[in-house]
Amino acid sequence: MPAEARTPALTPWEELVTTALLGTDRRALATPGKEAPRTLLDEAAAHTVRRRAGLRPAPAAAPPEPATDDPRPPVPPAARRRLATLLTDQPGSGGSGRRGAAPDLMELLPQWLSLANARGYGAPPELLPALLNAARGRTDLRPQALTFAGPRALWLARLNPDWKFALRSTPGGGISLPDPDDTAQVRQLWEEGLFAERVALLTTLREHDAQAARALLSATWRTERAEDRLMFLDTLRTGLSETDEPFLEEALTDRSRNVRATAAELLSALPASALAARMAARAASCVAVDHVASTPTLTVEAPHECDAAMERDGVLPKPPAGRGERSWWLGQLVDSAPLTSWQSRLGNRTPTEIVALPVADDWRGELHAAWCRAAVRQRDAAWSRALLGTPASPDAAGPGAVSLAERAKLLASLPPRERADWVAGFIAAHGLSEAFQLLGVCATPWAEPLGRAVVDSLNIARDAGSYPWSFSGVMGLAERCLDPAEAVRLEALTAIPDEPENASPGAGSYWSEAFQRLVTTLRLRAAITTELTPDKPQRNGS
Amino acid sequence: MTQQGVRWTADQVLALAPDAPSRKAGSKLGVAGPWSEAGSSGEGTVWGLCKGSGSKPYQTVVDITGAGDAAGPAYKCSCPSRKFPCKHALGLLLVWAGQDGTVPEGEPPAWAEEWLAARRKRTTEKRSSPTPSTPADPEAAQRRAEKRAERITAGVTELEQRLSDLLRGGTATAEQTGYGLWEETAARMVDAQAPGLAARVRELGAIPSSGPGWPVRLLEECALLHLLDQGWLHREELPAELAATVRSRVGLPAQPQGPPLRDHWLVLAQYDTADSKLTTRRIWMYGTESDRTALLLSYGAAGRAPSLALPVGLAFDAELSPYPGAVQLRADLGEQLTAPAPTPLRPPGVRVSEATARYGEALRKDPWLESHPVTLAEVIPTRSQDTWQLTDPEENLALPLAPSAASRPGLWRLVALSGGAPLTVFGECGHRGFTPLAAWPKDAEGAIPLC
Repeated sequence: MPAEARTPALTPWEELVTTALLGTDRRALATPGKEAPRTLLDEAAAHTVRRRAGLRPAPAAAPPEPATDDPRPPVPPAARRRLATLLTDQPGSGGSGRRGAAPDLMELLPQWLSLANARGYGAPPELLPALLNAARGRTDLRPQALTFAGPRALWLARLNPDWKFALRSTPGGGISLPDPDDTAQVRQLWEEGLFAERVALLTTLREHDAQAARALLSATWRTERAEDRLMFLDTLRTGLSETDEPFLEEALTDRSRNVRATAAELLSALPASALAARMAARAASCVAVDHVASTPTLTVEAPHECDAAMERDGVLPKPPAGRGERSWWLGQLVDSAPLTSWQSRLGNRTPTEIVALPVADDWRGELHAAWCRAAVRQRDAAWSRALLGTPASPDAAGPGAVSLAERAKLLASLPPRERADWVAGFIAAHGLSEAFQLLGVCATPWAEPLGRAVVDSLNIARDAGSYPWSFSGVMGLAERCLDPAEAVRLEALTAIPDEPENASPGAGSYWSEAFQRLVTTLRLRAAITTELTPDKPQRNGS
Repeated sequence: MTQQGVRWTADQVLALAPDAPSRKAGSKLGVAGPWSEAGSSGEGTVWGLCKGSGSKPYQTVVDITGAGDAAGPAYKCSCPSRKFPCKHALGLLLVWAGQDGTVPEGEPPAWAEEWLAARRKRTTEKRSSPTPSTPADPEAAQRRAEKRAERITAGVTELEQRLSDLLRGGTATAEQTGYGLWEETAARMVDAQAPGLAARVRELGAIPSSGPGWPVRLLEECALLHLLDQGWLHREELPAELAATVRSRVGLPAQPQGPPLRDHWLVLAQYDTADSKLTTRRIWMYGTESDRTALLLSYGAAGRAPSLALPVGLAFDAELSPYPGAVQLRADLGEQLTAPAPTPLRPPGVRVSEATARYGEALRKDPWLESHPVTLAEVIPTRSQDTWQLTDPEENLALPLAPSAASRPGLWRLVALSGGAPLTVFGECGHRGFTPLAAWPKDAEGAIPLC
């Protein structure tokens, strides 16, 4: 070591820094030396090492409040690794248009999360940041991701503004709600809580004890602000019953028009309500069976005015642009009237017989559309079935009286198995191009006949020589909804077929790729289920 | 359980990837679908056929044991990719790590066995006839070494002149002169065969634009560079260990020396730093019996992952050969005697005051040391104004996190693991602050990597 460095540095550090900045030519050092820059460097070196070696810890800031405990059991190790893999597949990091043969891991995250939540597992803390980032980018993931992430995610979200959405998306910002049976606590939170807390409380209570929730609401109803009243009223959708009728009937006179409309809508979903009866009477006066015609025919006489009583019952007097007033009023009367009232009104016919009746003067579309809305709102399976018709009928696929969107809604009121069979029949008769919306309302995993119908149709489309991306929507659904057990049957389709003469060039290998991805995804879904099912022992490759 | 009772985690497998696109491509192949005839042996080899776009599937084999030659996993794949390991090797390892039964234990097929056998043969030959480290012509080597020392001395002398010129004119001008001057000087140091000096000189060029406080940092780094120059010029007078440190800091290659350390080594952390030409991988190991911490370095040319990869949180019996030097952290991995397996062991932690004291101690032996490895017991990640610190509730003292560490995603993993409760953290403690690299929450089974 040079001799100079061993002698204690005499010049204070700040002095050295200033001299270094200005230069030794301009500013002399206090320490004499034959070569000023060298002396400066020697002293600075001694200072630097001394400063670093003398480093001390800083005073401690107050640590954060610890996160509340998560009592749920941790996910099994294999499932934890799977989640880590699913989360590493961030969207937008690749960017080529074609999807290739590899599965889209991000698309499997919702299934993973819903399974983990159903099994009551808690999230591994080290994966919470990645989970929150994924949920930040995809709003559709948030409810499931936040349920799985548990209390520690909310604790984290308070520390990182990037994850603020977690506090917003969780009712009450993650506060713990009182036990629904603890009346005093419930009443206190209802009277003193913030709006979000009160909505969360009312929602929870409504699921637990519908009448108690309504009682709580009616106690303070008159003092609530209009937009709050609307949100509170909305919670009554859960567990709606006849006992809610008096309260809703009173809400029909509310100052706010939105509140009135919502109350009317809720009442019309109660076929035994007085409002439903009033609407039934009005609707009945507009529709009749004409027995004079050669075959019985429905005649429609739309209302000539929208009176105050109709308005009070939620009928909106002003039609949207492009619609006539009278048909607009008729539609509202018919969709709010209980469907059961039509059977006696129209000569004790069954729903199927009523739907089959011809309608005079082009009113058929208007009338059937209103019945569809009523069947959906009243969850009436018999009417839904009648309005859907048979899946193979020629106008089921075309722009008939009932649109595909309406059919999808009607299907939702049928039992799952019947729904799957109807859609399977529809696909068998009309192919896949119109089936996308209908598939969306089928229960997952798809029932066997439905799965088979989809795969057969894909196979037919392939043989017809078209490109697989014309069916990418259905393919994507199939990846998420086909029963994983189908993977074995699909294996045969992954081979590259001989190209028929009129086929699009290269389509065969693209189809092979698409089916490969489908099979791989199904296998992955099977693995996810196994890993999240603790009773089944893990196969460990032996 | 399977071979040696252990499989890697997806994280460990993905750490082998040479770059982000490979990581993504590998994850997509990490599922059963494209694989057929996959299997693994009790000796830690995995093989499988991967369906690609062509008619013939790719043949992929991975040997994860490293077979005792210290090179880490070895890969073989019939695909044309130049990435190493390729996406197929990564995908295969992910499938194997996924434990969904796609990779059963069994006998390797002929195409895999061929490569494995050749590989085993090479390893055995290498072990039975170790290449002598003494060069064929000791005199010529001596002459070459002297020649190189002369060139370095010339470079050092020139560098000292440049530093003197800088301080004579004042560092205030450094803000205007910018990179040019330093790039040129760095190039001179490369010519002088002193890559260590070249790297330090290049870093000087970045300081004037590094924000408030740069004059202090510039003076510090100039002074330490000067100290290194003087150390080189006076190396004959220095204690042997310090002289060895100076030689390696200047950039002379060193060889491991001394008897190998056999221990049960726990892999604490693995992370890469990269510049345009070279990826440097640092792997921290903790000897559970000797209580020593060691650093393994591995390099990869641009686009290639460094060959050595060890699964963080697992431990195995191995021999490490230490390099000469005063602080003696760097070592080479010698023979691996067992395969990595999970361990309940964790390094014993110290309080934060002890952590800074240890860094001070280490600086006495190596004044150029940026940071020192240390495990902290019972600290809580805490926000302090706009930065983070690790708070020791018992001492009521804290280590601020290094600025680079506070902006990394690993920070949030650490915060999430803690949840406001104390935990054990391993990391590098230095004058820039603390960089956390691995953590053990109270009830966790193993280390959780933060880098």
